[in-house]
Amino acid sequence: MSGNRAIGVYSEKYDLMLEMLGKGRELADKQQAELVAVLIGYNVADKASELMKYGADKVYLADDPSLERFQAEAYLGILHSLAVDYEPETVMIGSTRNGKPLAARLATRLDAGCVPDCTRLGVDEKGRLVGERIAYGGNATAKIAFTKKPQIVTVPQRAFDKPSPKDRSGQVVKVDVKVDAPKTEVVDVKPLETSNVRIEEAEVIVSCGRGLEKKEDRALLDELAVVLGGQVGSSRPLAEDRKWFTEWVGLSGHKVKPKLYIACGISGVIQHVAGIRDSKVIVAINKDEQAPIFEIADYGVVGNLYEILPALKEAIEKQLQ
Amino acid sequence: MALVFSFKHGGACGKLFILFLNGLNSRIAVWGLDGLKRIIVCLKQAIDVSQLKVDPATRQLITAAAPKKISDFDKNALEEATKIKEKTGNAELCTLTVTSEDAKTVLREALAMGADKAYVVNDTGLRNVDTFGTAYVLAEAIKKIGEYDLILCGETSLDSFSGLVGARLAELLGLPLVSSIRKLSVEGDAVTAERSLEESIETVKAKMPCVVSVTREINQPRIPSLMMIMKASKKEIVNWALADLSVQKEKLASKIELVEVLAPKTERKKIRITGESVQEIAEKLAKALIQEGVVKR
Repeated sequence: MSGNRAIGVYSEKYDLMLEMLGKGRELADKQQAELVAVLIGYNVADKASELMKYGADKVYLADDPSLERFQAEAYLGILHSLAVDYEPETVMIGSTRNGKPLAARLATRLDAGCVPDCTRLGVDEKGRLVGERIAYGGNATAKIAFTKKPQIVTVPQRAFDKPSPKDRSGQVVKVDVKVDAPKTEVVDVKPLETSNVRIEEAEVIVSCGRGLEKKEDRALLDELAVVLGGQVGSSRPLAEDRKWFTEWVGLSGHKVKPKLYIACGISGVIQHVAGIRDSKVIVAINKDEQAPIFEIADYGVVGNLYEILPALKEAIEKQLQ
Repeated sequence: MALVFSFKHGGACGKLFILFLNGLNSRIAVWGLDGLKRIIVCLKQAIDVSQLKVDPATRQLITAAAPKKISDFDKNALEEATKIKEKTGNAELCTLTVTSEDAKTVLREALAMGADKAYVVNDTGLRNVDTFGTAYVLAEAIKKIGEYDLILCGETSLDSFSGLVGARLAELLGLPLVSSIRKLSVEGDAVTAERSLEESIETVKAKMPCVVSVTREINQPRIPSLMMIMKASKKEIVNWALADLSVQKEKLASKIELVEVLAPKTERKKIRITGESVQEIAEKLAKALIQEGVVKR
């Protein structure tokens, strides 16, 4: 199938695959290319028609009991042999902690360039794929073009909107599954204790940083979050250093774009700011009037979060009545 | 007289016997029976992004003046390697850096933190390499260093934040990759590691030699003591250029091109809310948020 312009899309995370299909469809239409989704797993054949509704022209289906769970060498082997046979010009892979190494290894096998974590994708006048990503710890956005094909990008979750399904169909191609021997063995999987609602989906986030003195004091944030119908988040030090939270907001954690982000006792290092930059309204509450968080906030209050938060909760309750 | 025998047994983890025979006072010292021979930590000299300045008029970053440091994640990798060395005995702990600029200060810090020896490939030919180029030169340097059991690196780097080099390196060396690790233990000829995934913690096992990439959760890197810093000044830094490695220069050509790097626009209102009392401030803020339409009944 050499010479066939194609864009290949793969993620072990189904929702992310759908998001990429939306963007992939747009790029494929611009370049008169075929949009191809790769579906790997066991008993997943019924998903193929759905992938076409979300934009795929064709689905390569690798369905086998040995593929029930993600396994790097096996999945990589399938993607690699497909890429060698069908020579897609562009490959989009979901930027998860399994997906990113997968993309890096595929790129290495194919002697291809790889631009990770693209939050925007386009094609320039020379027909080259151009990806935009956050660089320098959130200080900048870098635009990077490919000078050689194939072009491999990874795409983080929620960078692109999930398209609305259309009444379309296409071709399903079954892939001969030859599974490469695994080099690592999974001995245990423990689900993470995470909040029921994912923080990326929260419309309001009340977030705390080192200004929070004790773990129990997060109750202050919880109470405000309840009134606002939102969730509580934290900055990296509270999660990684103090272990008060299991997840954090920031470049290395969750990137969020709520309608309202209230940063309490968060100084606003650039890595944190990079994770909240797309929020609609940012409020900063901090004792230190020099804190950099005020530079990126819409509303700033210099003060003690222990006094401001209960008062703010009360004021909102009162004004909403 | 010292006799050194080393042989491979049951896989990658070779066993090392060192025998000292000192005249009449024959002493036999055997160590490192189940230890590792060599651990290599890949260290990037990164731009300290917290000290980057932006030209507000052009939104360009002033990178030339920005100080450099060991990329945070790699520091965690080095700390973990030091811990493993302390636990398992006499492994040689080496760091390896690929750069186009002088990295001595950074390497001295790595040596003070516990590395025995620092290798650096410093060549202006590395100025515009992409993640493949970096991984390729690392791989060639590692082949030249010799035998090893474990390669450690940060899962991503502080400045470019790509997170591809470790995986590319594993692929080039044909080694197992254990990525995004928050806990690591070495037993016999295998590692057991907890991977931090989005929705789960996955425990995996891999035979050594292997490549392990760590997250910042894994440990708190030590701050070297004055003693360690002084000791470090006597440790060896091995300098290589590309010509010292069997690197094919044409393979270093980047497959990507930086079109533009700009600081993001910040269009925030930056309104300070002040008042006579906490209540007054809270009421003003509540009102503003309701007017913004971000607080709903």
